[in-house]
Amino acid sequence: MKATVWAGRNSVEVQSVPDPTIVNDRDAIVRITSTAICGSDLHIYDGYIPTVKHGDILGHEFMGEVVEVGKAVTNLAVGDRVVVPFPIACGACSACERDLFSLCENSNPNAGIAEKFMGHSPAGLFGYSHMLGGFAGGQAEYARVPFADIGPLKIEGDLSDEQVLFLSDILPTGYMGAEMCDIKPGDVVAVWGVGPVGLFSVLSAFLLGASKVIAIDRVPYRLELAAEKGAIPINFANTSVLEELSHLTGGRGPDHCIDAVGMEARNGSTVVDAYDRVKQAARLETERPHALREAAMSCRNGGTISIVGVYGGLMDKFPIGAVMNRSLTIKTGQCHVQRYMRPLLERIRNGDIDPTFLISHRLQLDDAPRGYEIFKHKQDNCTKVILNP
Amino acid sequence: MSKSAAPATARLAKGLGAASLGLGLGELLAPAKVAALAGLDHSDRSRPVIRVLGLRECAHAAALLFGPSRLVWTRVAGDALDLALLVGAHANSGPGRRRRGATSAVALAGIAAVDLYTALRATGSGGRHTNGSPHRSLRAAVTVRRSPEDVYRFWRELENLPSFMHHLQSVTQSGDRSHWVANVPIGRSIGWDAQITDDEPDKRIVWQSLSGSAVEHSGSVEFTPTVDALGTEVRVTMSYRLPGGALGKAAATAFGESPEQQVHDDLRRFKQIVETGQVMRSAGSPHGTAAYRQMHQQPAQPTSGEKEAKR
Repeated sequence: MKATVWAGRNSVEVQSVPDPTIVNDRDAIVRITSTAICGSDLHIYDGYIPTVKHGDILGHEFMGEVVEVGKAVTNLAVGDRVVVPFPIACGACSACERDLFSLCENSNPNAGIAEKFMGHSPAGLFGYSHMLGGFAGGQAEYARVPFADIGPLKIEGDLSDEQVLFLSDILPTGYMGAEMCDIKPGDVVAVWGVGPVGLFSVLSAFLLGASKVIAIDRVPYRLELAAEKGAIPINFANTSVLEELSHLTGGRGPDHCIDAVGMEARNGSTVVDAYDRVKQAARLETERPHALREAAMSCRNGGTISIVGVYGGLMDKFPIGAVMNRSLTIKTGQCHVQRYMRPLLERIRNGDIDPTFLISHRLQLDDAPRGYEIFKHKQDNCTKVILNP
Repeated sequence: MSKSAAPATARLAKGLGAASLGLGLGELLAPAKVAALAGLDHSDRSRPVIRVLGLRECAHAAALLFGPSRLVWTRVAGDALDLALLVGAHANSGPGRRRRGATSAVALAGIAAVDLYTALRATGSGGRHTNGSPHRSLRAAVTVRRSPEDVYRFWRELENLPSFMHHLQSVTQSGDRSHWVANVPIGRSIGWDAQITDDEPDKRIVWQSLSGSAVEHSGSVEFTPTVDALGTEVRVTMSYRLPGGALGKAAATAFGESPEQQVHDDLRRFKQIVETGQVMRSAGSPHGTAAYRQMHQQPAQPTSGEKEAKR
């Protein structure tokens, strides 16, 4: 089959690789009909995620048709249409029992590596480094889906791929970002980074009762899109974010701050930007946490910082004093996708959310390298790339 | 290592500390004489370097005379530096000097060997797992979402052990005796007989190899209900004597078979089997959780054929 593999920093290739096979009894094989490039794939593309190897198949947002099931999979049949959540979860451990699917205790065969980096291991993920399992990803023609009796969401009826594909990651992730804020009617929410996840956080914050949502980015067409969805845009390339947030909130600061940027943030100040770029390039830190620093400094006393942007390891110069002395709450996590798929599918069905507005590019799988380039460099007003194998 | 070894190691370390003090004072007070002895140019350049080295020796002395024995590792590092400096200094010197330099190098290497020996002894006797006994003992724990009854029953069926203890080939029970066969790192297998010495249903199993076995091994596993009564805390303690002693241990670790890691991996697989009915495998780790494999990952893409997935 054809698959998108990592070929080193700033390079992916579509290669011919063996077809996947059933390895465990609870596996299924899915023929992929639609898959997408995620912003977090760009962290791998840029070379900042540890334990990614040459030849790893990337991709964790995918859906398709079941073509084979293992002996122990009784809820799926060949021919079923499914969306696959990006965390792999067993459904039986105490984390899964508590709906913390991205912390499944049994799905990461390389938990030992993750423990060295992070103390304890989270769940295995599709196509996202060996530390997180060494699983082949979904930017391919086929994928092996472990614990297929737990994760995949069967899609019945006439919903199109484009309507439901984002249930695999970015829609639940953006939603969880807003949900973790515990928004009360009238609250003000600020969202750093209005890429796909940030835009879904904007939509979700309104759905959950925010009176005002502020979108912070430096890419004009993304800010326009956020404004179309009702957010107040701030372009940090030419505005002081802290000043503007203070002004917009009558000096209080936003009640809730969502970081949908993560480890490769940019800073409006060239000097500050360069400082963290150098440290990250020299591997003295793995993060450039500009968004998170701003969130901590601007958040209202007693407010919430919700982190859904991906961080990899260690960061410097985090204003923990602001967090402690001002009683801020930090909530974060890889999205527990399985928890949100069904309710969000309902919201798509009843018209609360239409995720298709996000898609700017529909490419063939063979064009994956071009997809990565235009998404990374925000060319051609790229908001989201879908690949069709 | 026997229990009397620790004081002997300490005496050795203190002796080396005294030697450091002597050499350090010599280097500080009479650098020219030291340079001549080592076959070095008696130049203005070497004198300050030797004085600095003298200061360093005095630091070793202070560390060893007043600190714990394992600080002898600082001497090992110093030896490496000294050898490098000596080789560097003699790179462009004449044949006569070079001979004296070679003699110095041999002497330095001898000292380095003594330092290394002491350092290894000091680390061994101060290690976390040895407790000064001839056996290594280690422990690991995992929480499983099953009742103590279920977990006990699975473990007590000793034939189940090889399904999650990958170094075991088989265990066969007959009465309270059992025969164990294990894979050893380089191909062959090794067998021994063991006996259950304590068996408290749903609480604890203790076993020990019979005297005269090739492998001296004992262990216990305890099952404690979690506070919410939905799961079981499993705690394993094992002690054994490895063939080849410390050297065998080092070799095994180099092959990714560190016993500590093995027990952790065993428990991880145990949890996977009890909770999910399978050992999780991925393209990068086709054999499932295993320390060796974690260090030697295949690319995360399917392999051709099923053979890789079978062990």
